[in-house]
Amino acid sequence: MENTILRTEALKAYYVLDLYGKSKVVKAVNDVDLAIKENEIYGIAGESGCGKSTLLKTLVAAVEPPLRVVGGRVTYRVAGTEVDVATLSAEEKRRLRLEFIAYVPQGSMSVLNPVTRIRDTYRDFIESHSSGQQQQATYELAKEHLTELGLPVTILDAYPHQLSGGMRQRVTIALATLLKPRIIIGDEPTTALDVVVQRGVVQLLKEIQATLRNTIILVTHDMGVHANVADRIGIMYAGKIVEEGTTERIFGDPQHPYTKYLINSLPKFGDKTPRGSVPGSPPSLADLPSGCPFHPRCPHVKTICKSEMPPSLRLADGHRVACWLVEDGVAGSNQPIAQGSGKGTHANVA
Amino acid sequence: MQTLLEVQDLTKIYTQGGMLARVNVTATDRVSFDIKPAEIFTLAGESGCGKTTTAKMIMGFEKPTTGAIRHKGRPQGPNEKVWRTEGVQAIFQDPFATFNPLRTVDRYFFETIGNYKLAKGRKAAIALIDQKLQAVGLSYAEFAGKYPSEFSGGQLQRISIARALLTDPSLLIADEPVSMVDASLRMSIVNLFKRLRDEFGVSVLYITHDLATAYYVSDRVAIMFRGTIVEMGTVEEVLMAPKHPYTQLLRDSIPEADPQRRWQGKVKLSDLDQGEYLHQGCRFAGRCPQVMPVCRQAEPPDLQVDGALVKCYLYGEEKP
Repeated sequence: MENTILRTEALKAYYVLDLYGKSKVVKAVNDVDLAIKENEIYGIAGESGCGKSTLLKTLVAAVEPPLRVVGGRVTYRVAGTEVDVATLSAEEKRRLRLEFIAYVPQGSMSVLNPVTRIRDTYRDFIESHSSGQQQQATYELAKEHLTELGLPVTILDAYPHQLSGGMRQRVTIALATLLKPRIIIGDEPTTALDVVVQRGVVQLLKEIQATLRNTIILVTHDMGVHANVADRIGIMYAGKIVEEGTTERIFGDPQHPYTKYLINSLPKFGDKTPRGSVPGSPPSLADLPSGCPFHPRCPHVKTICKSEMPPSLRLADGHRVACWLVEDGVAGSNQPIAQGSGKGTHANVA
Repeated sequence: MQTLLEVQDLTKIYTQGGMLARVNVTATDRVSFDIKPAEIFTLAGESGCGKTTTAKMIMGFEKPTTGAIRHKGRPQGPNEKVWRTEGVQAIFQDPFATFNPLRTVDRYFFETIGNYKLAKGRKAAIALIDQKLQAVGLSYAEFAGKYPSEFSGGQLQRISIARALLTDPSLLIADEPVSMVDASLRMSIVNLFKRLRDEFGVSVLYITHDLATAYYVSDRVAIMFRGTIVEMGTVEEVLMAPKHPYTQLLRDSIPEADPQRRWQGKVKLSDLDQGEYLHQGCRFAGRCPQVMPVCRQAEPPDLQVDGALVKCYLYGEEKP
């Protein structure tokens, strides 16, 4: 596709650990195909320990041992040409960061240096990408940038602890967008925040996306946030994207049993009908079940699910799903899942 | 018996700073509510609104500056242990931090039984533990001799609830019990509270910032803002027809899992947290869309509007 800005092909990134001569492989990203378009908000959802953060690390090419990319590749489309991230030198990667791809981390308190003022953090960022600027000039640039984003300029003189959690998170977003990157990656940027503040932070992200016309990859486990902002959503489970589609399709017509559980378990206002959780626990990425990783928790498990991983099946509107049920057209009838009837086997808790 | 727990005019003032630059921060300001037997009561609000401070005072971890707490009509005494055995138990936010990673989880159970002399002999103790674990959907066999790292967050939180149930409490204080649990397992904890209420008659003080689960699980709800309760009533009244402008803002800000109903309009956030604690008058005045001059001068009174308690001038008799 012409307007694909970031693409991964059969990406596999494993943590390879050597414990007392025994090697342990954690398959955090396992065969992920993504094609993220320009000027869209792409949401990635999944529970903790499903490999979301590792996927982001490989996307920004911050791969350090014990994490290794064992297969597949990540390509960026920088100024019309495809660039394979693995071929870049350290210096080229450093250049691309902030100017092409920026990362907004989760804990804003641990990102900003607690003993320097916000102004100095800004200066660090600017100097790392454009050397030789006067201190006054960088200060002016930072001021201009904050005004553009509608944040008060006075915060430049504040220390991080003087700001509220929401303001700190907005400052980190402001820092990430300083050089107008084409892609912004947000790793749970709103998770630790209150609902009102969360709304303010998401509002800022959306405004930035509207003005810069760039791409946002938003990772969060809060399906409500996804419903509010994402154009397309990928559901991640045990290192794989098990379902992907437009927000309307994912919420209106989910196909994978895991997605159905995720969406049906959300409490809604004005509706007190009992809601169940996904039975069982998430599998350990170091010891994945055979076949489809969801099969120990799936209420519709079949024999083939236990032995073979289902292929990614393409449905209408770019909707794709990896499930044997959809293959057979069983789940296609959109039957509701019987709540709580699943087999509560604890898959590999150890 | 009408009320199980009565909280009256609970005020806690923390003093910050040294001798010259002393600042008094009122963490909770005359908080009053009551919890009935077999009721789930939610205390909701954003971080820093004083909900955890209130919980700590009820649990006896903090001494209130002024105010009184009564459980079954008896005041909270100096003896913490009596307070606990009589039936106030706590569940905390982070299940991974609740348990020491180097100790097996069953040791916590035997320790509690030993401390409160709940059973005689190991056999009776195991029977008691198994009974409580069954109540949360686990069993002694799958739990004995295991370390916290061998359980998922949802399981650990259920174990933590089972431990709290050992003393047969009449009230559980759950401080953000689901915020560290995976979204897919969250409902199992919330459903458990419902079951405890319906089958065992346990009341729960559910402290959360997640209004969606609060609506799903609780009977009555109180919304806190900067140390005061601004609105209190049944969940239908407070969450389906919010009256206080802050509750309305909260309600509108919850991301609904429906792509057809996205957020409309913009929100105004406070820049610095501390300012709002030190406001004269209504603490929400700085952000309120319907602010009136009187809001900045004096604190609004508690008003009864359609069965709910609302702390706002908008519903007063004489509109300024």
